[in-house]
Amino acid sequence: MTEVSVAKEDAVPQAGELVVLKSVNKHFGALHVLQDIDLTIARGEVVVVIGPSGSGKSTLCRTINRLETVDSGAITIDGKPLPQEGKELARLRADVGMVFQSFNLFAHKTVLENVMLGQIKVRKADKKQAEEKARALLDRVGVGTQADKYPAQLSGGQQQRVAIARALAMDPKVMLFDEPTSALDPEMINEVLEVMQQLARDGMTMIVVTHEMGFARSAANRVVFMADGRIVEEATPDQFFSNPRSDRAKDFLSKILHH
Amino acid sequence: MFDFLQGYDVLGAFWMTVKLTALSAVGSLVWGTLLAAMRVSPVPLMRGFGTVYVNIVRNIPLTVIILFTSLGLADIFGVTMGASDFKVQGFRLAVLGFVAYTAAFVCEAVRSGINTVPLGQAEAARAIGLTFGQTLRLVVLPQAFRAVIGPLANVLIALTKNTTVAAAIGVAEAAYLMKSMIENEAQTLLIGAVFALGFVVLTLPTGLILGWLGKRLAVKR
Repeated sequence: MTEVSVAKEDAVPQAGELVVLKSVNKHFGALHVLQDIDLTIARGEVVVVIGPSGSGKSTLCRTINRLETVDSGAITIDGKPLPQEGKELARLRADVGMVFQSFNLFAHKTVLENVMLGQIKVRKADKKQAEEKARALLDRVGVGTQADKYPAQLSGGQQQRVAIARALAMDPKVMLFDEPTSALDPEMINEVLEVMQQLARDGMTMIVVTHEMGFARSAANRVVFMADGRIVEEATPDQFFSNPRSDRAKDFLSKILHH
Repeated sequence: MFDFLQGYDVLGAFWMTVKLTALSAVGSLVWGTLLAAMRVSPVPLMRGFGTVYVNIVRNIPLTVIILFTSLGLADIFGVTMGASDFKVQGFRLAVLGFVAYTAAFVCEAVRSGINTVPLGQAEAARAIGLTFGQTLRLVVLPQAFRAVIGPLANVLIALTKNTTVAAAIGVAEAAYLMKSMIENEAQTLLIGAVFALGFVVLTLPTGLILGWLGKRLAVKR
C-alpha cells in the first residue's frame, strides 16, 4: 500500500503554494458565476468548498484543470500558469486528479482498464507495471475484487472509489473532488468519504466541493464558503462551524445544521 | 427453366459487386469517421469543412457523382487513378465516387453515435491528461460506434445496392450484366428475380449479423 501512496517526497520541498487563483472572473452569459476569486492552496492542504447551489463552487473546481475556461484572472499550478488547450494542458491535467459527481468511469472498459488507461497512454507506463499499480490502488480503495467487471455492474459507491483510484493512478499533485458523494445513496456515502479521509491523512493536497459537513469538520484544514460567485468566508472548520462571521454563512449553516 | 443463364458469368458479376461494396465500405468508414471527427473538433475551419462537405455531397444524386468521376474527373481532368486499363480505371473511379458519397452518411451516423456518449466521458478522459485525439480515439469513438452499428448496417446495405449505379460508367457488376441479359433473353421476369435474390443474399446476412453484433456490443450505462 505504501508504494502506491502518492509520492509526496518528489514534490519540491519549497512547501507553500501549489494552486493559486488570482482575481478569477467567469460569466455564463449574463450570470457572473465567479467574481474576483482569490484563493491559494498550500501543498498538503485539504480545502473544502461549501455553499448554496448555484454559488459557483463546482465551476471554481472545474476551472482549476481548465474544464471551464475563465474570462479574466490567472490560475497557476505548482508555479506554472494554465496553458491553452493542447498537449501542454493535457500534460498538466495529468498532474491534477479529478473526481466527478457522476463518476464518469469509461463505460466500455473494465474497472481495471479504467485505472490503467491513463498510466499507459499518458504516463507511457508498460502494461504489466500499470496493471500492478492499478490492482494495488483498487485494493487500497476496497474494490480489488471488482477489477474485471464493467462500471455498470458496480454500485455507485464502488464506482466512485474506482474513479478515485483512476485519478490516483496518475500520481497527481492535487486532487479535485466535485461533489463526489452527491449522486450516491446515503449508505454508500461513507465508504467514499472514508477513502477521502485516508487520502487526506496521507498528505494529499485536496480541493473538495461537498455538502458533507461532517467531512468538512473532520478532514479539512480550511473551509471556503462561497455564495453568489464570491468567496464570502474562509476559516478553519472549527471557527467556521461554531462561529461564522458573515451573515450569509450564518444563514446557510442555520438552514443545513438544524435537522 | 434456367437455361437462359447459360453463357453468362452471373457469379463473376456479383463478385464485382462484392468487391465494389467491400472496398467502398472500408473507404467510406475511414473517410466518414474522419469527417465526423472534423465535425466535432474544436477547430472552426475543420468543423466548417465537415459540415459543408456532408451537406453538399449527401444531397447530390449518386448517379451524378458516379458520372462525374468518369466524365469529369477522368475525361476532363485526366484523373486515371493509376490505371492503364479502361476497366480498372472505371472500377477505381466508381469506388472513389461511392466512398465520397457514402462517407457523408457514415459521418452523420457516427456523429449521432458521438452524441449518445455522455459529456462526462470526454471530460473524465481529458481530466486524466488524454489529448483531444486520444479522447476521441480511446473513449468517445469506441462507445459511439457500438451505439450506431444498426444505422451503419443500413448504410452498408444501401451501399451494396447503390453499387448498381456503377453500371452507368461501364463497370461490369451485377446490374450491368442484368441489363445485357434482359436485352438478349426472353425471360425478363426470371432474370429480374435472379438478380433481386442475389442482392438479398448479399444484404440480408449483413443486416442480421450486424444487428446481433450491435446488441452484443451495446455499452451498458
